[in-house]
Amino acid sequence: MSHPRHTLSKDVAHPQARDLGLIVCQQCGSVWAQAQDKQTCERCGGRLHARQHGGLSAAWACWWGAVLLYLPANLLPVMITRSLFSQHSDTIMSGVVYFWAHGAYGLAAIVFVASFLVPLFKLAALFVLLRAARRPTLRRARELTKLYHLVEMVGRWSMLDVFVVAILAGLVHIQGMADVSAGVGIGAFGGVVVLTMLSSLNFDPRYLWDEGMKQEQAHDRANT
Amino acid sequence: MKRVHGVLVCPACDAAYKLPRVHAHDIIKCTRCGTTVARHQSHARELLPLTLACLVLFVLANVFPIVTIELHGARSQTTLLGAVWLLGTGGMSPVAMLVLMTTILFPMFELLLLLELLWPMRQGAQLKGHAWRIKAIQWVRPWGMIEVFMLGVLVALIKLVSLADVLPGVALWAFVALTVLLTRVVSFDPQGLWDLFDANSADSQAHDEDKDPIR
Repeated sequence: MSHPRHTLSKDVAHPQARDLGLIVCQQCGSVWAQAQDKQTCERCGGRLHARQHGGLSAAWACWWGAVLLYLPANLLPVMITRSLFSQHSDTIMSGVVYFWAHGAYGLAAIVFVASFLVPLFKLAALFVLLRAARRPTLRRARELTKLYHLVEMVGRWSMLDVFVVAILAGLVHIQGMADVSAGVGIGAFGGVVVLTMLSSLNFDPRYLWDEGMKQEQAHDRANT
Repeated sequence: MKRVHGVLVCPACDAAYKLPRVHAHDIIKCTRCGTTVARHQSHARELLPLTLACLVLFVLANVFPIVTIELHGARSQTTLLGAVWLLGTGGMSPVAMLVLMTTILFPMFELLLLLELLWPMRQGAQLKGHAWRIKAIQWVRPWGMIEVFMLGVLVALIKLVSLADVLPGVALWAFVALTVLLTRVVSFDPQGLWDLFDANSADSQAHDEDKDPIR
């Protein structure tokens, strides 16, 4: 015998939990009625927030921090290599160029995506999201929510270069022949990664839906 | 305040649904915003053995050198901690801290917390008093980056192959295995732990309503 399958109803005009007087605990997923904002969830002890107040300004602050660090992260050397007669420093981009010039196209592509495209994409996407949260429209809410999940998913991968430099700087110490050390750029680069991650962790995607849902409900009421 | 059972709220768009029954291999998405709101977490039982295996691999990965390089007879090798140490003493302590936390401290912390949670549960012990552990797991999870580190090691090695002889160490294989197993561990949503928590605590009204961890 097969079980009856309950799937989620396709009705787009789902009520907002907040409008039903319900608060979902963002930490454990339990749902509460007659709960006040900032009350403690009785299941997990987390704070209940109908919306994450102050999250937006924290997200903006982290975003600005990341933007400020973005230039030094890309312009300053991330790695310095000393050999017997010479010394040369690498930036994020020159690392990519090095792989490309040596015919390691796949690797060049991986590093280019993780170290250059992902941080840039994250900064741009977070900007779009943070702007949209000020004046949300229902029409774009679905795409923006997807964008938010994408940012959350790819964010960690830009730590790649930090780890590459850490390993090379830890490994390559051969007296007189080759000596690798980390450059200040990698600090700025790590800062960009951490700040963009903090920014997206502070962003509450529910803001993207509230205003639009309110308008739609007002519209429905006007029509009936 | 009162707990409402039988309602599922999308964490990303706040849409309220009647709680669906989740069958094996089901992944339920919010019809409005597309966020995954519930999935069948069939591998709750695998979690304890997986955690133990991860801890063993984690020790191997950190005790042995990751790689040795040889250039004109001179050798150099490093462990992860060794690399962190050199970064720190080379005037890059913030970066060293970042690497230390994302590759050693946070993953280790998460694995130990999981072990502390799952070991007593084996005999059906109560999860009361363990709430902070689940909370901590949720908090550290985004910051554990073993799999990114793994890719970083591979990139570094390929970079070195043209310059010196590269001999992979025990820790490299341990890291590869750890990455694979951790993916499985992390695919278990920490919110699922809260549902185990429900199913496990005697005084919860949830007991008769949702026995299986649905998230």
